[in-house]
Amino acid sequence: MKAAVVEFGPYLILIIVGFLPNEVWRVVGLLTARGLNEDSELVILSRTVATALLAGVIAKLILFSTGELANIPILVRVGAAMCAFVAYLLMKRSVFAGVIAGEVALLFGGFLFVH
Amino acid sequence: MSTSTTFPSSVAAYFGGVKSALLSVFSLVLMGTYIGMGALAHDVGVSSGWLALSTMLVWAAPAQLIMISALGTGGTLLEVALAVTLSATRLFPMVVALLPLLRSPGTRLRDMLLPTHFTSISMWVESLRLLPAVAREHRIAFCNGLSCGYMGTAVTFGFVGYYLAAGLPPLLAGVLLFLTPMSFFLSTVSNARMMIDRLALGFGLALGPLLAYWGVQLDLLWTGIIGGGLAYAVHRVREATQ
Repeated sequence: MKAAVVEFGPYLILIIVGFLPNEVWRVVGLLTARGLNEDSELVILSRTVATALLAGVIAKLILFSTGELANIPILVRVGAAMCAFVAYLLMKRSVFAGVIAGEVALLFGGFLFVH
Repeated sequence: MSTSTTFPSSVAAYFGGVKSALLSVFSLVLMGTYIGMGALAHDVGVSSGWLALSTMLVWAAPAQLIMISALGTGGTLLEVALAVTLSATRLFPMVVALLPLLRSPGTRLRDMLLPTHFTSISMWVESLRLLPAVAREHRIAFCNGLSCGYMGTAVTFGFVGYYLAAGLPPLLAGVLLFLTPMSFFLSTVSNARMMIDRLALGFGLALGPLLAYWGVQLDLLWTGIIGGGLAYAVHRVREATQ
């Protein structure tokens, strides 16, 4: 990649390996969705596939963390996620309150177990 | 939770969208994510203008991460393009599920181009939650405003991270990284009102780590197809038996 950046310039590289391979799936979605209404079976199936995929991303981010998050023990991360969920339920299903509770739990647990 | 929202004009709907974006938990997430992205871009040695353009053109944090880390560590053009396109497959079902919500009888294909480009996880989750309460003729404007609010936040905090790169305390960096799974998790839970969506969520949470643990190739793609397919199948069986 480094040699390619020198040869083609960073902006052309951005288009070739970033924009185009990413955008193609949006365009395929646009063409597929033409003429479909929101109750059609393909649209419902697409929603479940997207939801399951997103759930997979979430679980992986918590269990197989990268970067600085990986230095915080897995039990602390899972515990913090559970705190977030319980706080979300207790605080009238407030996403914001849940996220704050999860972050505070992570900070507390991280401080306790890493230091 | 979401009350019906009426706007006097498309312009008002657009700014209503911007406001919803700035007040939602996802702007917090984008701040955290793009501070990290900015710091990475700085370390790798690309310019801050390049990062801003990549945020606007690619508009998908995983693809940007792949691209920027590859600039630092190597990999051929083809390998990087392939990794980016695999990470982007999730956008396809998202667009298919979203666009029918935006369409009204007079909608032309070109009106759909911007919402298509803007489709990303945060925008998708919030659109599915908020759009049903917005009058159909204002949904595209609202959605574009929502997306511009998010994109503006991401671009701005990309710059912040780039020039702050000097190093966050590690624990704080970990807390910033944790914002993404936490907010995606709770927003998806809160969006999953129907049994079919709860099933998809549950299957995905279980399958994602399992397939990754087993070292299955394209684990997330399979998580989506198998988990989403199972949820859909259960829903069909329940419908047929009722």
